[in-house]
Amino acid sequence: MSQRQVLQVFEQYQKARTQFVQTVAELATRPQNIETLQNAGVMSLLRPLLLDVVPTIQQTAVLALGRLANYNDDLAEAVVKGGILPQLVYSLVEQNRFYKKAAAFVLRAVGKHSPQLAQAIVDCGALDTLVVCLEDFDPGVREAAAWAFSYIARHNAELSQAVVDAGAVPLLVLCIQEPEIALKGIAASALSDIAKHSPELAQTVVDVGAIAHLAQMILNPDAKLKRQVLSALSQIAKHSVNMAEMVVEAEIFPVVLTCLKDKDDYVKKNASTLIREIAKHTPELSQLIVNAGGVAAVIDCIASCKGNIRLPGIMMLGYVAAHSENLAMAVIISKGVPMLSVCLSEEPEDHIKAAATWALGQIGRHTPEHARAVVVTNTLPVLLSLYMSTESSEDLQIKSKKALKNILQQCTYLPALEPLLYDAPPNILKHVVGQFSKVLPHDCKARRLFVTSGGLKKIQEIKAEPGSLLQEYINSINSCYPEEIVRYYSPGYSDTLLQRVDSYQPLTH
Amino acid sequence: MATLARLQARSTSMGQQYYYRNSVVDVFRKKENDAAVKIQSWFRGCQVRAYIRHLHTVATTIQKWWRGYLGRQRYQLIVKLAYYTMKMNLYNAMAVRIQRRWRGYKIRKYCFNYYYLKEYLKAVSETNDAVRDFRIMNSCTLFRCREALEEFAEMKDREEKKADLEREEKKRDYQARKTHYLLSTKQIPGIYNSPFRKDPDPWELRLQKAKPLTHRRPKVKQTHSVSLSDWLACTSARSFPRSEILPPIDRKPCQGPFRPVAEVLEQRYRPLEPTLRVADPLDGLKEARREVQRQEWARNVNDNMFLPFSSYHKNKKYIPTLHLSSKYGSDSYGRQHFRDENPKRWICDKDFQTVLPSFDLFSKYGKLYSKAGQIV
Repeated sequence: MSQRQVLQVFEQYQKARTQFVQTVAELATRPQNIETLQNAGVMSLLRPLLLDVVPTIQQTAVLALGRLANYNDDLAEAVVKGGILPQLVYSLVEQNRFYKKAAAFVLRAVGKHSPQLAQAIVDCGALDTLVVCLEDFDPGVREAAAWAFSYIARHNAELSQAVVDAGAVPLLVLCIQEPEIALKGIAASALSDIAKHSPELAQTVVDVGAIAHLAQMILNPDAKLKRQVLSALSQIAKHSVNMAEMVVEAEIFPVVLTCLKDKDDYVKKNASTLIREIAKHTPELSQLIVNAGGVAAVIDCIASCKGNIRLPGIMMLGYVAAHSENLAMAVIISKGVPMLSVCLSEEPEDHIKAAATWALGQIGRHTPEHARAVVVTNTLPVLLSLYMSTESSEDLQIKSKKALKNILQQCTYLPALEPLLYDAPPNILKHVVGQFSKVLPHDCKARRLFVTSGGLKKIQEIKAEPGSLLQEYINSINSCYPEEIVRYYSPGYSDTLLQRVDSYQPLTH
Repeated sequence: MATLARLQARSTSMGQQYYYRNSVVDVFRKKENDAAVKIQSWFRGCQVRAYIRHLHTVATTIQKWWRGYLGRQRYQLIVKLAYYTMKMNLYNAMAVRIQRRWRGYKIRKYCFNYYYLKEYLKAVSETNDAVRDFRIMNSCTLFRCREALEEFAEMKDREEKKADLEREEKKRDYQARKTHYLLSTKQIPGIYNSPFRKDPDPWELRLQKAKPLTHRRPKVKQTHSVSLSDWLACTSARSFPRSEILPPIDRKPCQGPFRPVAEVLEQRYRPLEPTLRVADPLDGLKEARREVQRQEWARNVNDNMFLPFSSYHKNKKYIPTLHLSSKYGSDSYGRQHFRDENPKRWICDKDFQTVLPSFDLFSKYGKLYSKAGQIV
């Protein structure tokens, strides 16, 4: 045998391995293949290939492994149980950038499934090596490492704390300042994931000076980056008044309002989430947003999208209106109420309806003026039907009942109240009749209208327990009218009249 | 003495008379006594009653005066109290009047200034209008970073306009390429080049500039390659540039000993193909082998026994080889090299390293040019 023939054997073997690994990696991209691969024992076959002589095979094996682990948590657990992680972490420092990228991909894929798996990654000391990767020269490696950090920190506060303890936050902030858009976006999402758990974690992010850099990027044309930046800012702002003020001081208003007009839906959603998180803290912050025209922008944003993207905007309107009556009035003059009632009738999902209901209740509860503004858009019947409907969820029922009560207790606009007399259940009817009993004694025209529209008749038909609040209200309404009219409208009056006819003896001479 | 004698003479009669008289009186004595008692008792009763009545009238008089005194005192107190409360009520009412005025004034001035509120709401709605329409933002004075926003709005406008224009241009270009056959030739004027007009239609000029659409070719299915560079977004731009449009066919070949353009381009943008030697480290095989030996789990690729499919071999008994079945343990046949037999004679304690020389011929076959310019 010549030397060449011997070498041919090796070459053939190497080619076969390369082909195997590449095919597996390619097959792993399709979800329908995963089960077959798993049953064929792909894990145990890939494991030795991680130690292959040829770097390309190693890298491709790691890539295939990452794709498998990305697919579901069973496979990710198999990766952890196979003891592959320490090996990966060990070689993460040693190998070239392609390998680093692939290894960080595996870590990310494993860590994304559950807190336990992420904890396993933390336990094998991956964070320190990932921090080293964050300082790598290649942006791809940094991106992969930041992504892995993001997925680990996303689960809970302990894991985030571990990430912070590893010293990743300053490096992530450095990554934000890089020119690569993708790297910026992923670093921002990692910061968002770290900051979302607790005020302390958010404070560490703030202390590194992330807000200024994040705020600069709001006007960036890239939609994905904008999403992450806005989400990071909102996660920082949500914890306390101080942090919200710091975010506001970074001069995000009114720049952030332009994001509400973006083409991308998630940019809109994250922007309105950010505004909501700022608005919910204090009346002053809400006032600031109102002064900057934020309410109108949010309302326009609600009008321009559908479904869950509306939710933060709706809640923002509720928070702003809840703070004070002036702010609620600002919401009203920004034409927020018609938009909310449109949401109430258009949206199929209960939780969005519940949010809109709550927001309406917050707007209408301040003064009769506010209640009137809410009521003229014909919201009361909708709210009542939501409350009465058996299909609506319990939360929605409670919310709509509260909103009805809040609005009714302030409402003096009788034409809107009258339909409720006919189809409201007793516990709502109480408030309706109460409003009538408050208004009618002082309003002559309303008294007249109340009789002609048949309201008085309906009042007489209500069966109230003697001594109850409802009965008191009815009595006070009745006392506004002459006795004959009250008697005329009370049920059974015709019978008594006929009886009188029967018993009457005409005077005959 | 005579009297004494007379008396003595009469004493008996006296005694008798006494007795007689006593006995006469005795009949009335008790009655009279009773009557006397009665009279006395009546009189005394009257007397005592009169005294008691007297005492009563006295007591009443005292009580009357005393109670009158007390009553007057209490009355004084009540009057004082009533006067006091009346006074306080008046004061309170007056205070409320003052407070009402003052509070109304204060609230109207500082908290719920109606005109201020109206103005504020007007300002808010103006701001809202401005936010709803970027173009009126100039009129809005509330914004601090107005310039940035204006710039942004302008930039956005410009971008949109530019994109629109580009899209239009591309569409028209495509249309021109598609209808290129309407171009006039030297002999026959096209429909856009009417001979009765002075100038040709602008569309004609466009057609002249446009390149006709080539025939559509069936798409060659691309082999999906798994390269590390295409799964992370930021590295996708790092591959070599590919010429999308093939070089024109009808170009005349250059004179001289030049290779065809396509070939040159292909060679120029050929992806990097490292030789086996460059791609792999020199002693990679050895290293990996050692790694494999060290880690036991790597050897157990599959724990299940590999069984044949058919049932033909099912009842066949597995007969181990001689080497394995020996009860003295397997010998080292084929595992030890002759050099391992007496390691004492080694000069250095390192093992020999197998270095496989690479074959340049293999790795460069079909990629080299001979001196005659032919591909070998």
